[in-house]
Parts: sequence; C-alpha cells; structure tokens
Amino acid sequence: MGRYTDNPAAIAGLVRGGEVHRDTYIDPEIYKLEMKHLFANAWVFVGHESQTPGKGDYFTTQIGDQPVIQVRHTDGEIKVLYNRCPHKGTKIAIDRTGNTGKFFRCPYHAWSFKTDGCLLAIPLKKGYADTDFDQSEAKAGMRAVGAVKNYRGFIFARLAEEGISFEEFFGNSLSSLDNMVERSPAGKLEVAGPPLRYMHRCNWKMLVENQTDTCHPMVAHESSAGTAVQIWKDLGYTEDDPKPPAMEIIAPFMSPYEFFENMGIRTWPNGHGHTGVTESIHSKYSEITGYMGSMIEAYGEEKAKAILSENRHNTVYFPNIMIKGPIQQLRVFIPLAADKTLVESYIYRLVDAPDELVARNAMYNRMINAPTSIVGHDDLEMYERAQEGLHSDGLEWVNVQRLYTEEEDYAEERVENGTTERQMRNQFDAWVKFMTADMTAKEAAE
Amino acid sequence: MSVTRDDLIDFIYAEARMLDEGRYDEWIDLWLPDGHYWMPLDYKQEDPLHVTSLLYEDIFMLKLRVERLNGARTFSQKPKSRGHHVIQRPFVDEMDDEAGRYVTNTSMHYVETRLDEQQLLALTAIHELKLVDGRLRIANKRVDLLNCDAAFGNIQLLP
Repeated sequence: MGRYTDNPAAIAGLVRGGEVHRDTYIDPEIYKLEMKHLFANAWVFVGHESQTPGKGDYFTTQIGDQPVIQVRHTDGEIKVLYNRCPHKGTKIAIDRTGNTGKFFRCPYHAWSFKTDGCLLAIPLKKGYADTDFDQSEAKAGMRAVGAVKNYRGFIFARLAEEGISFEEFFGNSLSSLDNMVERSPAGKLEVAGPPLRYMHRCNWKMLVENQTDTCHPMVAHESSAGTAVQIWKDLGYTEDDPKPPAMEIIAPFMSPYEFFENMGIRTWPNGHGHTGVTESIHSKYSEITGYMGSMIEAYGEEKAKAILSENRHNTVYFPNIMIKGPIQQLRVFIPLAADKTLVESYIYRLVDAPDELVARNAMYNRMINAPTSIVGHDDLEMYERAQEGLHSDGLEWVNVQRLYTEEEDYAEERVENGTTERQMRNQFDAWVKFMTADMTAKEAAE
Repeated sequence: MSVTRDDLIDFIYAEARMLDEGRYDEWIDLWLPDGHYWMPLDYKQEDPLHVTSLLYEDIFMLKLRVERLNGARTFSQKPKSRGHHVIQRPFVDEMDDEAGRYVTNTSMHYVETRLDEQQLLALTAIHELKLVDGRLRIANKRVDLLNCDAAFGNIQLLP
C-alpha cells in the first residue's frame, strides 16, 4: 500500500484549480487505483453491437485492465463477461472476434458455460458430489460485469454491481451519440472493419485531454497540415478552389486560433464535453450526392437539416473514449499501465447512406489516427516527450489553467470560448469524484 | 524496347535502395500520376476504400509525406528515423509485354530505427509496374505487413 490507497484526501489533493499533480500521469499506484475505483465505477465503452451481430458472436476487449468478452446470448441480448474461467483462471477466448455457438468451452478442462456465463457442465461432475462445490465461487460460472447498457447500438458497462445509473452518468452528453446515429437515414450504424491499433508509451489521460486541446493543431501539426496547404498553393490553387477529400480533411488543422476560439467548447457533468459547438474542422466537407435526399425522406426536411448542421468536432465521454459524429468515428484509449495506452480507432457505416461517406471516414482514420499517419506521428511524439519530461523534478505540477475562473462549477452544463481548458479540468473533477467515491465509503464502513 | 526479368528485379532493388538512402525525389519520380501506395490493416484485406487501411495514398499524399520528412518543424523527425530493407529475389508473377504491364511479389525485412528504438517488420510487397515511354514506372504498390493487425508505435518512413 502506498500513499494514495484508501486516502481520498491525498487523491483530491492531486487536483487544485488550474493545476494537476504529475503523479496522476506517472505513478503506478495511481494507475492501479484508477483501475480499481475509476474504471470500476464509471460507465465504460465496450464495443458496438454490430461487432457481434449473430447469436454466439463474441468480441474480446478490456474495461480498464480487466479482460472482458462481449457476446450475443441465445436470447439476442448482448452480455459482457469477465474473460476468465472460474476454474483455474484460463482466458476463455483469446482471438479478437469469433463465434462460440451456444456455449463457451474452456480449452483447459472443458468446463462449459452458457453465453450468459452460467455454468453448463463439468466433465466428471461426480468428483464434486461430496464437496461444497455448490457454495463455491466457481459454481456461478463466468462472472458478468455489474451492469450493461446498449445505447443505440453502443455497448457500455459498469464493472461495479451498484453505482451511478447510465442516464445520470451521461445526461445530456448523449446528444452527441444521438447525432452520430441519426446521420443514418435508418438511424443505425454498423462497424466498418477492424480498428486501427496504435500503441502509445504515455498515460491514457494525455490522449483524452488532447481531444479537446484546440491550441495544439496549428503547432504540433504544422509539419503535416501546413505542408499540405503549402503544396496546394504551389500547385497554383487558392483557398477557395474545390479540394480533393484528403485536402478537405487535413487543411482545417491549420485554422487560426480565432477559428478554434469561436467554435466553442461545451462541458457536461461527470467529465464529458465537446469541441465544435457552432462549427468545426468537419463543417466544410463537400456534400455527397444523394445523401441529403435520403435524409429528408427519412426525417423530413427540417429535422434532416438540423441533424446535418450539427458538426461537433470531438466529444469526450469520460473516462476513455472520443467520438466524431460528422464522420462516424470512435477512439478508445485503453490504459495498460501508467505509461502505456492502446488506442483503437473505429469507423462506422451509416446504414442506408451512400458509400462515399464511409470512404471519407476510412480516409480520415488512416490519415490522422494510424501508426503510419503523418499527423499521429507528431501527437505521439508530444505525448511521449511529456511522459518522459514529467519525471523531471524541476516542477511537479501540470498547468491546465487557460480561461480558468474560481467560480467554475462542473456540475452545470456550460458553453465557453473554444480554447478554454475547462474540459480538461472537468475531466479531473470527475476523476477525483470517481476515484474517491467508494474509497470514502469503505472508510466509513469500517 | 523489351523488358527482361532482370530489368524488373533490378527495378525493385533500386527502389528499396532509394528509400533507404532517402532519395525521395527520385522515388516519387518512379510513380505514375494515378498510382496508389496501399498498406492494408487486415490480413488479406480486399477493399482499400470502405474500411480502414494503414496507408492508401495517392501521389499528392505521398509527396506530402516525403516533403514533411524534411520540414523545419517536423518534431517526430528530430532526430530523423533511418530505414533499411533486406529483400529476397522478387518473383515475377506477371509479364505482359503487349500491354507493357508487369507484376512482382517481393519478400522483405524492413528495419526502422530512431534514437534508442529499433523495430523489425516482415512484409510482402506487390508491385504493379508499367512501361511508359521506354521507362518502368510504379502503377501501384501494395505492402502487406505480416503482423498488419498488431498494435504498433510509430512507423514513420516507408516500409
């Protein structure tokens, strides 16, 4: 036990107004406590229902450091189970996706389980006849997580049995997911292929913070976006000439500070928030022939236009995903250690919309989020330099003070200047809340 | 002029050397204007457009990629990466002299290094070459990484 375990006051002391202590990023004890408290008590993204469309289809992933299986049960519902045989601990599935039929069978001793985790059969069962097996933990089978919610196809789970409800946790922030789904004339998304997988040697929170960091694109990405704009000019084109899709995607990264200031940031309680309230770097993409027509047919003109005029940039769902509604993308920042994060970047197809839309999503994903991306390279360089730099003993605090006021109340929904770091502070407010909520309860119970 | 197997094989070797020596202007000049460099994300991927790839870049993007490597503010290339290909003798899979179209399949080990880190990638490169005005050019290039679905850190140069 270190200095932060069962010490809510020490945890709360890591965040003070516009500053955050470096231990939140580099201390292995803090990482373990995040997994035990924050990731257990928050609602965490698991996967999309279209990744497991048929009965017995499964997909393996992690909630924090916990290996889990998302599986479609025989009744059609999606279950989320810990990926561990109750017998000896063997992982039941290790491929990323597959179909298990009507039951899981452990490859070690052939214990089998229904797809809701219930124990189905054990070979040589009579060997347990005169034991207290019925009283054992193993008898219950593969354990399910505390709670699961399928929200318009997106599967979220809370590991803890008791705690905040899905609706209270997300509140009005669900409007971003709603907008992404409603961009399909059928109101439905389908995952398009496997995600990009990009390993980062930095703390997961640096990635989450970067999603609403509007003061870095024109600096860190000058080498890619700035060079693109220059090549475009050298070819004799002007800013107003129609651009090919790749230029439409990359050029707005060089927008001036003023653009990002005016686009606005909205924050919601519990650490959620988004950039791009009035417009965003996704606002000026070319129209795709036939799309507006099918949207009007599905929703009526007024609603179709309202859906498509919303061009939110990045929406952070605390603790560890970001979505882009206008280009149907979701990135999940899976914390593997204090200094190691796996980023998986998914794209989705809008059901009943033209293929050109998912082609744009795929282009954006490989241009910006791939380990081979000329944009991603500079982001990762910054995170890894920060992870190393934080070990310097010269200073102990990280500054997130831009446009901070002492009156800030993260319990209220607010829209602010788009270059505020309020959303980062909002995340840390939620971080303290979910890190300490059941820590305090334990002490009180003693 | 007619193209021999040796011409094709020499071309593949020369291209790898250009990449390793950073002679990117020459390398870009090998390409036909409507070519694509494709690096799939999934094993045996068939569709470059509607699912994600690691790379699927036209000449504009390839020019941007190599131009960026020399930029004054290209932070992830300070210091620069170095790349190194070890290639096996290419298979010549298609030779269509009439159409002036040729396809090769080459196994390679590619090493990329920067600072104290070094990574090794095993890959198969499929080149579609065309004879245009008496000169072999790259019409398309597909690079399949053996571990395309693994989680990578930065891969900054061109495997």
